[in-house]
Amino acid sequence: MIRSLLFIPANHPGMMQNADIFNADAVIFDLEDGVIASEKDAAKDLLVSFLNHFHMQHKKIIIRINNIDEVQTIIHPFIHGFLLPKADEASLLLLDKTLTSLEKKMKFDHLFHVIALIETPESVLNALNIAKIPRVTGLLLGAEDLATHLGVSRTLEGREIEFARNMVIYAAKAYQKNAIDTPYTDVNNINGLKQDTFNAKNIGMNAKACIHPNQIDTINEIFMPTQEEIDFARKIMIAKEKADLDGLGAFSVDGKMIDQPIILRAKHILEKIKD
Amino acid sequence: MILNRLNRKIPSPYKPFISDDAFLQDTYKPIPKQNHKGIVKTVDSISTLFDILKIKDGMTLSFHHHYRNGDLLLNKVLEVIKQKNIKNLTLAPSAIFPVHEPLVELIKAKNVDKIYTNYVNGPVAEAISHGHLKDLLIMDTHGGRARAIETGEIKIDVAFIAVSAADKMGNANGIDGIHPCGPLGYIYPDLYHAKHTVVVTDTILDALSKNEISHEFVDYIIKIDQIGLSTGIESGTTQMTRDPIQLKIAKDTVSLIDTLGLIKNKMSFQTGAGSTSIAVSHFLKDIMQTRSIKGSFASGGITASLVDMHEAGLFEKLYDVQSFDLTAVKSFKKNDQHLLMDASMYANPFYNENVASKLDIVILGATEIDLNFNVNVTTSSTHKLMGGSGGHSDTAYESKLTIITTNLVKSRIPSIRKHIQTISTPGSSIDVLVTERGIAINPKRADLIQRLKSSKLNIKTIDELYQMSLDIAGEPEFYPHKDRVVGLIRYRDGSIIDSIYEV
Repeated sequence: MIRSLLFIPANHPGMMQNADIFNADAVIFDLEDGVIASEKDAAKDLLVSFLNHFHMQHKKIIIRINNIDEVQTIIHPFIHGFLLPKADEASLLLLDKTLTSLEKKMKFDHLFHVIALIETPESVLNALNIAKIPRVTGLLLGAEDLATHLGVSRTLEGREIEFARNMVIYAAKAYQKNAIDTPYTDVNNINGLKQDTFNAKNIGMNAKACIHPNQIDTINEIFMPTQEEIDFARKIMIAKEKADLDGLGAFSVDGKMIDQPIILRAKHILEKIKD
Repeated sequence: MILNRLNRKIPSPYKPFISDDAFLQDTYKPIPKQNHKGIVKTVDSISTLFDILKIKDGMTLSFHHHYRNGDLLLNKVLEVIKQKNIKNLTLAPSAIFPVHEPLVELIKAKNVDKIYTNYVNGPVAEAISHGHLKDLLIMDTHGGRARAIETGEIKIDVAFIAVSAADKMGNANGIDGIHPCGPLGYIYPDLYHAKHTVVVTDTILDALSKNEISHEFVDYIIKIDQIGLSTGIESGTTQMTRDPIQLKIAKDTVSLIDTLGLIKNKMSFQTGAGSTSIAVSHFLKDIMQTRSIKGSFASGGITASLVDMHEAGLFEKLYDVQSFDLTAVKSFKKNDQHLLMDASMYANPFYNENVASKLDIVILGATEIDLNFNVNVTTSSTHKLMGGSGGHSDTAYESKLTIITTNLVKSRIPSIRKHIQTISTPGSSIDVLVTERGIAINPKRADLIQRLKSSKLNIKTIDELYQMSLDIAGEPEFYPHKDRVVGLIRYRDGSIIDSIYEV
């Protein structure tokens, strides 16, 4: 289960060195917008050197690339996947082709994942086709770029990205992919982060990117089921076992009728906490 | 030079350190309190006092650090020493801060030859490290200083006591007046045992809100323009850190305490100033509030975060030897459960049931720590003086659980070393080390290792943490120092735990 993805600019050795000590489920080493143009080459060199020297156990490493050509120079067995900015169908298919070729050549023991960064109006409207691509394992909403395209300002309520959030969620869920919410950029405002994360979770996002380690625990906590949800899920599974033994199709728990979708949700909750 | 039990070279004929509990075999022989006549004389200036007391070459003068980096008294006395060109003095300030830079000139001119202190930082530390002090710097602990004065090991001719207010009788405190500094916990050994005691203030009132100092122990009172800067007492930040590494260490520390089942009613707790300590208090407060835990006391230098916990009903009492911020000063003034703790009562190893001995948990820092858990808080990794034990060794020995928190790697410099520059606190007093990459338990605490065996905490051996730091930063070279001993680190029982060398 993925809940939190921490962006770390790849030109900052101190931050990279400590990337694995926090509880983020994945780390995104950023070669793109987090690195100023004059440092992009140095960042690439630093990233390759870092991957060669540091073995970050139990942490998914994702690289936000500037362009697809870059993949050739930074490919490394410790990389779990790539985050493609301004993703569209054509660029994703090209990236897939590039990775397939590299996988054959390098004989790595795993296939590289790709997360599509949805940050243009076109990619929002085309989200379903993007999610359909087998290599794509998640859709990450990039609300800052999108807001610029739309000519609007970002707000805590997020009404300006409501449509985009829903498009990402519906497309991702249609193909059982991760729906990853945009980062909350006010790093000093934990209450704002909580509200923003709840907003995302309540409509179907299952993970959120973040730009500061101090945001991770809040995000992880919100994307975990509550104790109340866990207790109820356990009750449902116990009641289901009994109902199965008694040969009953439908049953109730705490006065609520329980049917198949509710049982499935309970299963998902218990699977999440097992992870 | 001889080797002590920690294999550190110390000059003879000093008493070598044997173990942290060797003092249990010793008999305490305090000297009687000085018999003051109870008649307090007002003197118009420090210079006049020097004439009255015939302060001359070779005498010992003591001072205290309740104003910390806002202290103005020591510098004013130094001006008079310089004017009168008195030589070969011994100073016994409980701590020395950057504000005391004028002392450097007097050290170089041999007006001051020897210093007893518990902490030294800034230009004076730099000058001593470079070998300018003619005789030795003796670094005591807070409890050890009290012991040394009470036993006459440090003989004080004149104790200069900075207070924020006094009355005409000679009673005094640190909370009234225009420049309050808080409780005056460190003055008492000097007040009772110095040959002459002088209260210095900028405020004389008809009546005081509290008599911390009784006129019975005071000989002279001097009014000067300004005694100190209240803002100078604030040690570093008073805000919780935003540094994610520090926050992780603080969170993991509280998780450790919780996993050990120590967050419970009647618990007692001490931590220092500084942003990580504030973060530890913050996370501890959350748990205590959620579970309605009521602790017995928090102690030490008191900070706003501990005052906050006390006011929230989480600790019944605060035992305060000195305040680290103005919130603590105000609390001490208004709150009768915020109690003064004198240095001996705090941590003198021979004080029966000292407050430190009643601590369940103490959180301490480290500049360096070796594979045997010995801790350096006195010098930097280049051997330059930059601190001192203060209450580190005292509370580390006395508390039931002693936790060291430190970054495993600080700006590319590993904190765990095979060899550390100086030993301030013996590893036998340390129970746990918490770093951002794991928690190491001292093997001597088999009970803790057993209790944490099946916990979810990231438990490592100290050797594993050491190896991790080498993987990240490589093995740093041991920074060399010269052969000349410029100072001694005196353990709380009076034995010498390590030497400090010229750099």
